[in-house]
Amino acid sequence: MSEMQKLVKVFIMGEAYEVPEGSTIIMAMEYAGFQMKRGVGCREGFCGACATVYREKGDYKLKGGLACQTVVSDGMMLAQIPFVPAEKPVYDISELTPDVDTIKILFPTVFRCVACNTCTKACPQEIKVMDYVQALKRGDIAKAADLSFDCIRCGLCALRCPAEIVQYNAATLAQRLYGRYLNKKSPELDERIDEIEEGKYENDLEELIKMPREEITRRYYSREIKLK
Amino acid sequence: MYPEYMMKSIQMVEKTRPKRLELAKKMGKQVFPAMSESERQKVLDNFHPDYKKDARREVRVGPNKGELLTTEVANVLESYSRIDPAVLDLEKPDYICDVLVIGAGSAGMAAAITAGINGSNVLIATKLRLGDSNSMMAQGGIQAATQKDDSPVLHYLDVIGGGHFDNKPSLVKALVNDGPGAIKWLEELGVMFDKNEDGSMMVKPGGGTCRSRMHSARDYTGAGICRVLRDEVYNMPGKIKFLEFTSIIELVLDDKGQAVGAIGYHLETKQYIVIKAVSIIIATGGFGRLHICGFETTNHYGATADGLVIAYRAGANLLFMDSVQYHPTGAVFPEQILGFLCTEKIRSMGAQPVNYDGELFVYPLEPRDIEAAAFIRECLERGKGIKTPTGKVGIWLDTPLIDLLNGAGAIQQYLPAMLRQYKRFDINIVRYPMLVYPTLHYQNGGIEIDDKGETRIPGLYVAGEAAGGIHGRNRLMGNSQLDLIVFGRRSGYWASERVKKGVRFGKMTMQHVYNYTRELEEAEIPRKKIAPIILPDYIPDHVKYKQKTTEYFGTLV
Repeated sequence: MSEMQKLVKVFIMGEAYEVPEGSTIIMAMEYAGFQMKRGVGCREGFCGACATVYREKGDYKLKGGLACQTVVSDGMMLAQIPFVPAEKPVYDISELTPDVDTIKILFPTVFRCVACNTCTKACPQEIKVMDYVQALKRGDIAKAADLSFDCIRCGLCALRCPAEIVQYNAATLAQRLYGRYLNKKSPELDERIDEIEEGKYENDLEELIKMPREEITRRYYSREIKLK
Repeated sequence: MYPEYMMKSIQMVEKTRPKRLELAKKMGKQVFPAMSESERQKVLDNFHPDYKKDARREVRVGPNKGELLTTEVANVLESYSRIDPAVLDLEKPDYICDVLVIGAGSAGMAAAITAGINGSNVLIATKLRLGDSNSMMAQGGIQAATQKDDSPVLHYLDVIGGGHFDNKPSLVKALVNDGPGAIKWLEELGVMFDKNEDGSMMVKPGGGTCRSRMHSARDYTGAGICRVLRDEVYNMPGKIKFLEFTSIIELVLDDKGQAVGAIGYHLETKQYIVIKAVSIIIATGGFGRLHICGFETTNHYGATADGLVIAYRAGANLLFMDSVQYHPTGAVFPEQILGFLCTEKIRSMGAQPVNYDGELFVYPLEPRDIEAAAFIRECLERGKGIKTPTGKVGIWLDTPLIDLLNGAGAIQQYLPAMLRQYKRFDINIVRYPMLVYPTLHYQNGGIEIDDKGETRIPGLYVAGEAAGGIHGRNRLMGNSQLDLIVFGRRSGYWASERVKKGVRFGKMTMQHVYNYTRELEEAEIPRKKIAPIILPDYIPDHVKYKQKTTEYFGTLV
């Protein structure tokens, strides 16, 4: 940070602070003296802990973003969202069917969608949230799982949804249904597991375990490299 | 976007690209000769940060006393407890459970699910939210020998060679033998692995692998796994309870030396709680936020080696805590993403590391420590790095090759997280390379375990990055995601078997904390530092200077 000396003025929960230009919202809050416990996580855009809302100077729009990925600008008003209250139904994945009936039972709110697209506009990952909600309504689990794949569960869609849908939990269900039931099975996987259970590699592995360092070093450097 | 002067170097990269593309089409991944054993040793000795003066020092207390450890690790181990145990009432536990899991990344959650299914009542304590972990951030993949041209034997060779033959053999065997089963377990839980049209697994090579065995879920592999495990934990409310924002700051032993409980500290209400358990699993992850050797890190905000500290105080020994993994490709430009991970999958898919002049200078898929040291050599010794406006230096990772080799849209389809990350800062990696330099990534060593995940303290298990021995002194790409699941499940199973077998408890005691404190005092270590750190300290000095009445306890307000 020391190299970024030019300062900009931001309003953190209404209070003015001067912070280095080019800072992300998290960096700006820490520079101002806030020790973060809530609303912070991986700091790299993968965990969804730091979803937040802000307004830029002269812009009427309330924008959403990840505090670790959003760069502050002069006059920005920013806040923290410590927690997103959201329901998640409990289910046993092994007893479900990958179809619209499952969605009806576990996520009935999905059918309240009025297709306003607010969720899609709110998503910091630029996921087509409304489109996957519509896919869920049709029972198109594969489409919903595919469209929602990059979701990091930050909760901004659910916070802005006028129909009170918790989109991201429904997305998790769609992904799990797809992964378990709809993704084509890989026959070589079961074969390999059988081989291991039958002890096919046991002797060779035991031999390696006992092998003197010099010999295993030789084996390693002389192994054939065949990459796809 | 890149400044004008950097674009000049990019033009040279573009000029050499057609030739390098031809080479890749002809030679596959072998676009540059891989290093021999002696070449590897030479580049490590001269350029790997572990081998720098002051990178290691002797630890003065505890089970590894007298051993050379990474300096920052020795510092955190030579710290005092957050609490005087005398103020705690161990006889009145706030929570009683069969299995206590400390930490809620993929290892902890896999352990909790397994123990829960095996009949135990499980309590998870985690200092941030469920799933907040390095596991969630892993991008590239998970290794397992599932392919016909591969075998657990070849996987074993790669793991132990990558680890410089220091690995604990029994742990390597467990890792590779359980690999395919781990993939199956995850798929049945609903993890969406990348597949070919016929349903077979889409696999890629990784640094130091002799076969393609990297399974992926786009470049959100860690998230793809971790979010499913978290959802499953939520689905087992009858078996698994969890405490969030609760950091475990000490273990409790009994007078027979068994692990029988822990002390938790709530980050918000600041209460200390006593937990009693039959078995305890430490799954607290690694140490990236210790910023070893001053490096930026790819790690989660909470990666502060907490589990290492509490286990060490209780008498568990550490393995290979003199070795640190620097991921070869951390972002160095733009400044906002300094140190962030640029997944190894980028090289698995054909991107080549090139210098200022657009020249290849290393085999793109060496094991991580070798690759990282070669990057540092290229910048420091040969002066062929590219300087950033803030004085950092890096080399190019030529990403536009990916679509040229795999077809248009490959980056969009298989590296969406990377594409998005750079797009946020106005760089299109389909057209332009990324500027990278090694970044602090992984704790190679950890608390010694056996193939059940158990430490030398009865009842204390470790899984995931906190465990030591599996990867020797250098882990290969995709073997961490695998070890989380393999040793998460093993420790969960054996921890719950211990519950079934029944344990005779002695009197609960914190004597080990008193003893450790005495050892610190006898070594004349000043009472300046306390640990676990819990969170890193990023409050600037000019703020602290004015906080005239604020008490910091360690790094926490």
